[in-house]
Amino acid sequence: MIELPPFLIFFAAGVVAAVSPNIIRAALTVLVPAVSGLLLFNTDLGNYVSYQIFDYQGELYRLDELSRLFGYLFHIAAFIGGVYALHIKDRVQQISVFFYAGSALGAVMAGDLVTLFVFWEIAAISSVALIWARRTMRSYHSGMRYLIIQIASGILLLIGCVMLLGSGGEATFGYIGTDSLAGWLILAAFGIKAAFPFVHSWLTDSYPEATPTGTVFLSAFTTKLAIYALARGYPGTELLVYIGMMMTAFPIFYAVIENDLRRVLGYSMINQLGFMVCGIGIGTELAINGAVAHAFNDVIFKGLLFMSMGAVLHMTGKMNGSDLGGLYKSMPITTTLCIVGAASISAFPLFSGFVSKSMVMSAALSEDYLGVWLVLLFASAGVFHHAGIKIPYFAFFAHDSGIRTTEPPSNMLLAMAIAACLCIGIGCFPQYLYALLPCDTGYWPFDATHVIAQVQILFFSALAFVWLQLKGIYPPELRSVNLDVEWVYRRFVPRIWVGIRAWFARSMYSIMNVTTLILTWIHDHVTHHYGPKGTLSRSWSTGSMMLWVLVLLGSYLLLYFV
Amino acid sequence: MEHLPVLQVVIPLVLAPFCFVMARHTWLVALAGSVLSLVCSVLLLIQLLAVGTVDYFVGGWPPPWGIELRIDLLGGFVLLLVSLIAALVVTWAHDTVESEIRDDQINLFWCMFLLCLTGSFGIVVTGDVFNVFVFLEITSLSTYTMIALGRDRRALMASFRYLVMGTVGATFILIAVGLLYMMTGTLNMADLAVRLPAIQDTTTVRAAFAFFTVGVSLKIALFPLHQWLPNAYTYAPSAVTVFLAATSTKVSLYVLLRFFFTVFGADYVFGDLHVDYVLLPLSIVAIFVASIIAVYQEDLKRILAYSSVAQIGYMTLGISLANAQGLTAAIVHMFNHGLIKGGLFLAVGGLCLRIGSTRLSDLRGAGRTMPWTMGAIVIGGCALIGVPLTAGFVSKWYLVIAALEKDMWYVAVAIFTASIIAAAYVWRVIEHLYFQQGYAEASTLRSEVPLYMLLPTWLLIAMLIWLGIDTDLTVGIAERAAQSLVAP
Repeated sequence: MIELPPFLIFFAAGVVAAVSPNIIRAALTVLVPAVSGLLLFNTDLGNYVSYQIFDYQGELYRLDELSRLFGYLFHIAAFIGGVYALHIKDRVQQISVFFYAGSALGAVMAGDLVTLFVFWEIAAISSVALIWARRTMRSYHSGMRYLIIQIASGILLLIGCVMLLGSGGEATFGYIGTDSLAGWLILAAFGIKAAFPFVHSWLTDSYPEATPTGTVFLSAFTTKLAIYALARGYPGTELLVYIGMMMTAFPIFYAVIENDLRRVLGYSMINQLGFMVCGIGIGTELAINGAVAHAFNDVIFKGLLFMSMGAVLHMTGKMNGSDLGGLYKSMPITTTLCIVGAASISAFPLFSGFVSKSMVMSAALSEDYLGVWLVLLFASAGVFHHAGIKIPYFAFFAHDSGIRTTEPPSNMLLAMAIAACLCIGIGCFPQYLYALLPCDTGYWPFDATHVIAQVQILFFSALAFVWLQLKGIYPPELRSVNLDVEWVYRRFVPRIWVGIRAWFARSMYSIMNVTTLILTWIHDHVTHHYGPKGTLSRSWSTGSMMLWVLVLLGSYLLLYFV
Repeated sequence: MEHLPVLQVVIPLVLAPFCFVMARHTWLVALAGSVLSLVCSVLLLIQLLAVGTVDYFVGGWPPPWGIELRIDLLGGFVLLLVSLIAALVVTWAHDTVESEIRDDQINLFWCMFLLCLTGSFGIVVTGDVFNVFVFLEITSLSTYTMIALGRDRRALMASFRYLVMGTVGATFILIAVGLLYMMTGTLNMADLAVRLPAIQDTTTVRAAFAFFTVGVSLKIALFPLHQWLPNAYTYAPSAVTVFLAATSTKVSLYVLLRFFFTVFGADYVFGDLHVDYVLLPLSIVAIFVASIIAVYQEDLKRILAYSSVAQIGYMTLGISLANAQGLTAAIVHMFNHGLIKGGLFLAVGGLCLRIGSTRLSDLRGAGRTMPWTMGAIVIGGCALIGVPLTAGFVSKWYLVIAALEKDMWYVAVAIFTASIIAAAYVWRVIEHLYFQQGYAEASTLRSEVPLYMLLPTWLLIAMLIWLGIDTDLTVGIAERAAQSLVAP
């Protein structure tokens, strides 16, 4: 078998897509993940492609248990997303998907930090095209903010790498830890992509602004890449337990009052990421397994939910809970598939979320994080509330909005169906997923305590929703803008900045006058001597050239004789 | 095989008269001459990589009676550069020569070109200081003629000024050779190196060294003796500009290295005479002043010409650091800069042919009508700045390392700052080519140059990228050459 790094196949496809007609591009979006996935499936673990620049040894294709699992995952995500996007005829989106998926694969297969950084940045740059592809001013500005934050993450990573290498650290991407400043910087870089609290707003800001298909890809790669990087670089870092705990809890409140259903999914994504970060922070074999498995499942069920919402957006052009409702009559299949996704994210037994989320929670309990466990429990109930019930309820049931439409194109349905089958398949037969995990813990989710505890949570959570809804206390879907951390840089900082600028302008005015005078003098001086007609650049007469020859000869002779 | 050193010189020398007597198809003769020379120098370099130094006694007469040809790795490296550029220029130049030179003078032009090639090869292969002067004059005289063949009337004046300055430079070198001969009674470089140490503290030898240094500074166009260069590059026919810019100063630099390190010896030059006290400041001033002047030029050829003056400053800077790394950097930059300027001027020659001008104001928007030519200029410009993954980065990198090795951090800072100025003048070109609307775009007649002109250009440009990534060829050879110069 040929050991070809998957990113090469995707990048090549991206180049081909740039010059080929639509029919070939569409075929590639499905064929490339399938072929590359098959190649990966038949490749044994090991290091394959290394390169050397000056003294630096890089590793382009490192396949171990962890990177293989994410490799499979990204291929599955790219394949499902490819099927879902088959009807798209937008060249920009198709090309950027290849580079985005390819760089995500490149990053998880990267064996050293510099290679990781390169793919980290390609992923950032190629993914922003999916946001801009919606071609509205909102998406343009949102994409710009997204890009700035992603690039900032890359720069932090680069600085961290350079410091790490400069202090004699290993170039190999393995455990990093927070013993040094470099370690903290790299953690910050990973943290931005993993949507840690206070730097999470790029996610909820940009994902709802991307194209219906773009969000599906965005939700699959960027954050999971960060989870992979955290799992490799910072397992067992206790701080992550509490960060993860916060991430599971705070988005619930936002999700409950948010109107844009894709933004609700964005918040629920942060909540799911919280479980993974928490698991990585706990750091036991069971917890890491849980985090990784949950990342795997999350890509599929969150992808399924984003796809179902994308289908609704595609068919109706609307995405606000207040505008939608009653769509189950015209979109029964989509409704069913969406409910499968909702059941999975809520961790119903026999659906995929259950088999992985419970691993993290068990690990938290067995490591005596009782408080954390309670917050996670609360978060599980909250997930069910906003993602499990709210999404399908407001989109497909609730009050009848009067919208009459049809099922989405068959490729969209097919993609959703594949994802739904995977959700149920993994939920019923988790042993196949467990076999791929990095550690072997012998964990089995279907024991009486787990199942009963989970069902109780779900039941009472549902009861609460029904009761609140009946009493009319449940926050209604309103058109509103909910303030999040992004307010700081979208409103607060600009306002402060305006103030500072006014003060600066006033105080600088006098200094500027003086500086202008000096600069004018310098400019005149430079043009006088260096400009096209200046002393130094006009053609000298042979006489003055000879003068310089003599001056030089004289000074040499002086130097040698004295 | 054993006659390769002499064949290198004889092939173009014998072919040159054919050009003179033939009325047509002289281009083919020049092509044959340059390609055969390339084959020669490649074979020579392979031989040199194995054995290090090749000696050849002309006519079988050993020195000190006969003339000795002596080539080491440095020589082989310069031969490769010169013959490679020559072969590419001739391949490329068929159309531009026909458009820029009067029909009845084309055969003369190619004759001069081959003579110039002869001279350049001769300077490199010979082991005799008087021969160096002779070949230098052959090169110079043929170059004056070629520049004067340019259609622009200002070419005559440029050629004349170059003639005056070049002759002064050559005379100074001749005076130095004469003084040395007077003191030692020999002209053979190896003999001189043996006999000089005994008498090196006499004023005569010191004067000889001063004359030589100034003479060769003129030939390499070291600031402030660079004044002949911008006009010569600007008004010469395109093919001549390419060949001059890529090889002539490099060959003169080779002469400088040969005299400094082989004839006089590094200990004498840097230890006793401290030539670096003058050379180092001049180099830094050259880098800055020439770069700043380049920013303000209105003509693309002049921008590149002043940039050449600045780049020569980098090379002499490396030499005046007087350690093995600095020398390596200088030799690598000599080769890399030859390729960079060769590639750039080939592209500019294409512009000359299609647009008929190299003034920036006439080139506005040409990036859209001649994408391949402009692409070459962009990549070549990046290499000139020293962007990583191009050849220019490698040589500047080694230069910075050499400076830091000697704790001259201010030199390293100067190199970085000058790179920013280089970025300024390259950007100015790119801005005119791509971001301004204008004449070159509006005209429908302008189109890309033919493939056989693009191929040599892009071959050089591709080499820039290749040598920026794989440095085995350049740095490997330069390191060995520098070692053998410092510790013969």
